[in-house]
Amino acid sequence: MAFWTNRRSLLAKAGGLAAAASLGACANAKVVGFDKARRSLDIANQGEPLSLDPHKASGTWENNIIGNMLIGLTTENAKSEPVPGMAERWETSEDGLIWTFYLRRAQWSDGEACDAHDFEFAFKRILDPANLAEYAAILYPIKNAQAVNSGELAPSEVGVRAIDDLTLEIQLEHPAPYFPQILKHYTAYPAPKHLVERHGDDWVQPENIAVNGPYKLVKWWSNYIVHLERNPSFYDAPNVVLEHLYFYPSNDVNAAARKVMSGEAGWSTRFPSNQVEELRRALPGFVRVAPYLTCNYFSFNTTRPPFNDVRVRRALTMAYDNAWVAANIYRTGEQPAYSFVPPGIADYTPDARYPWADWPLERRRAEALRLLQDAGYGPSRPLSFEFSHRNTSDNPRVAVVVQNHWRAIAPWVTVELRGVETQVHYANLRAKNFDVGDGGWIADYNDAKTYLFLLETRTGPQNYSGYSNPEYDRMMHESDFEPDAARRAQIMSQAEQLMLNDAPICMSVFINSTNLVHPDLTGYEDNLEDIHRARWFGIRNA
Amino acid sequence: MLAQAVRRLLFAIPTLLAIVAAAFVLMHLAPGGPFTKERQMPPEIERRLLAEYKLDLPIHEQLGHYILGLVQGDLGPSMTYKDKDVVDIIAEGAPTSAILGLSAMALALLVGGGLGVMAALRQNKAQDYVVMALAIAGVCLPPLVVGPLMQLFFGVQWGILPSQGLHRDEFGLIYLILPVATLSLPLIAIVSRLMRASMIEALRSNAIRTARAKGLPEAQVIWRHALPIAMLPIVSYAGPALAGVMAGSFVIETVFQLPGIGKQFVLAAQQRDYTLVMGVVLIYSFLIIVLNLAADLVYRVLDPRSRTP
Amino acid sequence: MSDILLDDVPPPAAVKGRSLWEDARRRLMRNPAAVTSLYVVAILVLAAAFGPMLWVHKVDTIFRDSVAIAPTFENLHLLGTDTEGRDMVARTLFGLRISLLVGLAATVVALTIGVVWGAIAGFIGGWVDDVMMRIVDVLYSIPFIFFVIVLMTVVQTDSPITNLLLIFMAIGAVEWLTMSRIVRGQTIALRKKEFVEAARAAGARPLEIVFRHIVPNVLGPVVVFATLNIPVIILAESFLSFIGLGVQEPLTSLGRLISDGARQMINAPWMLITPAVTMLITLLALNFLGDGLRDALDPKER
Repeated sequence: MAFWTNRRSLLAKAGGLAAAASLGACANAKVVGFDKARRSLDIANQGEPLSLDPHKASGTWENNIIGNMLIGLTTENAKSEPVPGMAERWETSEDGLIWTFYLRRAQWSDGEACDAHDFEFAFKRILDPANLAEYAAILYPIKNAQAVNSGELAPSEVGVRAIDDLTLEIQLEHPAPYFPQILKHYTAYPAPKHLVERHGDDWVQPENIAVNGPYKLVKWWSNYIVHLERNPSFYDAPNVVLEHLYFYPSNDVNAAARKVMSGEAGWSTRFPSNQVEELRRALPGFVRVAPYLTCNYFSFNTTRPPFNDVRVRRALTMAYDNAWVAANIYRTGEQPAYSFVPPGIADYTPDARYPWADWPLERRRAEALRLLQDAGYGPSRPLSFEFSHRNTSDNPRVAVVVQNHWRAIAPWVTVELRGVETQVHYANLRAKNFDVGDGGWIADYNDAKTYLFLLETRTGPQNYSGYSNPEYDRMMHESDFEPDAARRAQIMSQAEQLMLNDAPICMSVFINSTNLVHPDLTGYEDNLEDIHRARWFGIRNA
Repeated sequence: MLAQAVRRLLFAIPTLLAIVAAAFVLMHLAPGGPFTKERQMPPEIERRLLAEYKLDLPIHEQLGHYILGLVQGDLGPSMTYKDKDVVDIIAEGAPTSAILGLSAMALALLVGGGLGVMAALRQNKAQDYVVMALAIAGVCLPPLVVGPLMQLFFGVQWGILPSQGLHRDEFGLIYLILPVATLSLPLIAIVSRLMRASMIEALRSNAIRTARAKGLPEAQVIWRHALPIAMLPIVSYAGPALAGVMAGSFVIETVFQLPGIGKQFVLAAQQRDYTLVMGVVLIYSFLIIVLNLAADLVYRVLDPRSRTP
Repeated sequence: MSDILLDDVPPPAAVKGRSLWEDARRRLMRNPAAVTSLYVVAILVLAAAFGPMLWVHKVDTIFRDSVAIAPTFENLHLLGTDTEGRDMVARTLFGLRISLLVGLAATVVALTIGVVWGAIAGFIGGWVDDVMMRIVDVLYSIPFIFFVIVLMTVVQTDSPITNLLLIFMAIGAVEWLTMSRIVRGQTIALRKKEFVEAARAAGARPLEIVFRHIVPNVLGPVVVFATLNIPVIILAESFLSFIGLGVQEPLTSLGRLISDGARQMINAPWMLITPAVTMLITLLALNFLGDGLRDALDPKER
């Protein structure tokens, strides 16, 4: 390819550079972040989307955008519960392994039909390792998905088949009552087969894209703005109120809050939790705090001393006063975590708990001291290790408190803090080059498995603590094949209790979602997944 | 003079290549890679990703491929922003950074230069002290404090200016006021100090003494004779400094939510987006070289000693 | 050092045979702003050196029941506590210590490399000068932040102290470029002076001339540069803290305190004001001192 026509050539872009710099004539008014007359909403989103291709995305802030453009077989209502999306209804076979979806008649925004073939194509595309999707593992309950994704089987072997234009059959590896939850995840979104075949990965560029959801992409200015516009050919278009959505990557959470305070944004997906009181005063009715399926926890490196000793792990877990952290570091009513699975998760009995959860702090510290002495530590053999943490957001603040609490057990417990960049941190965790490391986990779908699988042996490097308990693995495997939801929940709960007793991880806090939302924006409902689709939004006092 | 300029530009090519090689190797030495994330991807996907971006090759081969692309004007695909190429991203960020940097520098030269001359003419008088105190304060207040404060007062408290961003996807002039002011504050401080010092020196020089002795009016002495000499240090400062501000300021662009390459650069470095980092380093180095050359040329034009060879 | 200076510096035209440095000292002492700054700097240095030991609260003690409280006499939280419940006086004193240390150490690194590099290039001249200055040009063209990010991450940091050393090195390694240019310029100017010619005639080896005759003579501008450079470095460190690469917890610096404080300016303004004012005083004093030194050392100012 000649370099002047090459898409990546500097020369080819020089013109666009000049064009982008032109000054808008009428651009000197202040933006109205929630413009009722224009029906537009400016949104301070957490970050810049790494991709708008649902098969390449991996972050919640990308989901905030993509989920307004594409609709899966199931989709979210305002409370983020799975409701019929492109599939009007579905049937499950007796053994729970074969799911048949009956699709509605719908079209892509370019007029082509959006049907079962687009779904079949999409599932095969994301699972084909040649397409380099980083997040396909969520779809592994689908038959042969893992084998295809790891290159052992051809993509055609994926257990998804379009029976006719409007009927899609999906076979599963094991019964998964939570499958409708997975299907509303962006990894299960359809892709317009005709466009992907024509443009390849560039189908998602504004000039090529077609969508089946309520909004279509108009413009994407890197690291600044993503502009979506109402899609009139969306099947539920008459009920979509807002015309324009503007997403900004607000890396600086304080600036995001100021954008709402100055009226230049109608919704911010975060705010600095320290300022919750001030924000409640300055922006009455805007502050929305809700439980969120997200937890912060610390992994002990159980593959080497001192943390291959369960007594040490239990001692440190006990001595960490996470109730204090929940109340003082996070200030929006976060709850201290005494279990791995957050409360409120669907189809689960949240019985598992650290046995010492209700002890007073003094007793926990005393017991921790006893355990450490049992394990052979003392003034003559001090316990010293490193606590690795990410140097972003509230993590360094939590780290100093952790250090303080652990040092308080005895003077011979010494903790060095090691704050590093996020990328370095995870590289270290993977390589098991750490003693204790912090981390967080956001549920991918509303089911306990999205948490508990992390500690299975087969999870590999993602199981940062290196926890490996055959009994735990066996119970998790058993739960996969248990068709009865209540029984399945019980097995998983037992497994969780077993794991908590072994304390491979030290739970910190269940995080709340924190949003600033214009009080006249209707249809925004607090929910556990912090997913709010604009198609449900409306305008009060228009 | 022209020959020398050409020679310097030619020399820029090996310089740039050296920078590319050094930066490339250094970047790859940093631990973690573009695909190290909180959520681990399946090993097969990771292997293929590394192969796709040629990260599985030995470093010298990677460098070879990169330079080969460079020669064809190809900066490669971004490793984190999957839908974009480095050229797209830079082309989308550069105008904002350039406009911000140029405006801030122009403002700094105008205001800082004026203040500096004033202070020099009133040396050791009240005005002088006030200007110098302001100048020092300007240097001492980091933009990460000034920016949010300006935002809070002008944008939120008084609501007279937009607090951040541009006007959606257009450039609105009033949107540039706060970021340009924040960016230019330290520049004004530095320029006014430089200007004061060099003006004082110029006024004491023999050329000016001669001019005064000839009985020229004081205004003419100052503006026609002293100022060009006094401008010299400013010119050699402004060249590289302009490159610095045009290559973007992470703090300003983050606080004011502007699409500039300064922000892109830091984010890319943190995410180990090797190609994007290299792209910005290249642009920056190129700017430095060109603007240094420009500064030297302007210097020659202004410097009375170099006018007669 | 002063012996060499007294021996080698040709007696300036000043009366009574006073040395250049003696003269400079007198001029400095006549400048009230500089003298005041000198005392302020001295107080700050003492506070930074001994303050953290003497103050009633320790830098990393967490007061469980006094999180983010405003300045109060109760329990002697005179400047309040931060959002983790640590005393702000202790934090600020400690931050001042680290900031001054970073500023000083990075300047020393920059000076050492810069002076040696610049003096050698300037003295030898010719193609050596050309090559050495081209190297400086090349390094100049690499963005500072890139340099620092890479340095901070390539060398894996195992402890906060090595991390701190890295920051010195990283910043110093960038700042020496300017230094080397200044010294080179001065050296070229001095090279042709009589006393250097005299030393050369007396058979002194080139290196000896550089270090015994030229380096001491460029120290004036170098000292000025150093004083003015420390504030620049302190600010650079604050930028690093802003992007999370600066001093790591539980250590702190003024820059880090300010960048943390800027995030809490609405809910806990004292967390910003205290370190910001401390930083402002520090930088103002260093700047005035630097200016005073320059005026004092520059004979033209007489």
